[in-house]
Amino acid sequence: MAEAKRVERPLSPHLQIYRPQLTSVTSILTRITGNALIVGVILAVWWLLAAATSPAYFETANAVATSWFGDLVFTGSLWAVWYHYLAGLRHLIWDSGKGFDLPTAEKLGWACVIGSVVLTVITIVLV
Amino acid sequence: MRYLTARKRAEGKGASHTGTEHHWYMTASAVGLAFLVPVFLFVFGRALGQSQEAVIETFSHPFPAILTALTVLIGMRHFAKGAQMMIEDYARGTMRKGLVILAISISYAVTAVAFYALAKMTIIGFILGAMAH
Repeated sequence: MAEAKRVERPLSPHLQIYRPQLTSVTSILTRITGNALIVGVILAVWWLLAAATSPAYFETANAVATSWFGDLVFTGSLWAVWYHYLAGLRHLIWDSGKGFDLPTAEKLGWACVIGSVVLTVITIVLV
Repeated sequence: MRYLTARKRAEGKGASHTGTEHHWYMTASAVGLAFLVPVFLFVFGRALGQSQEAVIETFSHPFPAILTALTVLIGMRHFAKGAQMMIEDYARGTMRKGLVILAISISYAVTAVAFYALAKMTIIGFILGAMAH
């Protein structure tokens, strides 16, 4: 029994062999959106600083903030903030010990994905 | 033989060494931000794209100014601790320390700049208001 036969076992869970699931992908997206939001925040705060500084500085910052680049950052940030918002609410539900069964977890995942797009569109229309 | 209970042996051995304090801060700030963010998006979205005078006019009012200050303050603390969680998952040693310090520094710098901008816009708004009378 000393020479126990070594069985080749997969190292699990490993990203290269881990089948993407709605629950794992939505979890990773929570982290990505949360951290990426710093870009939109820095642009927004820089724009506020410029508004408080001088007309020339505001012109520069406003040109960037309202350019195609600014639109891209702010629209992306808007979706990211709504996604992170809904995913955060999902965490609050999970923290209360509810919603861990697979059908509910999958439903909550779709709620984050679809809900974030719907809320982004509503915000753009309203604001 | 060590006369330690199972609990005593486990205490302080968690990954964070600070228990659930970090997690609890994220929960509490998340609830605060859940109320702040939608209102802030509305105020900020309305101001974006307007003239400098209109932007100063908006943020020199108490509600938008306090709302923005709170959203940035709580948002940046939430970011600093969230980014720290991510860094601790992927980086080790000196790299980890450096990145955590960078994340904390960025979040405090952004907060300070936002406070400065809001304070200055309030003063400009006050002067413009006084000149109008």
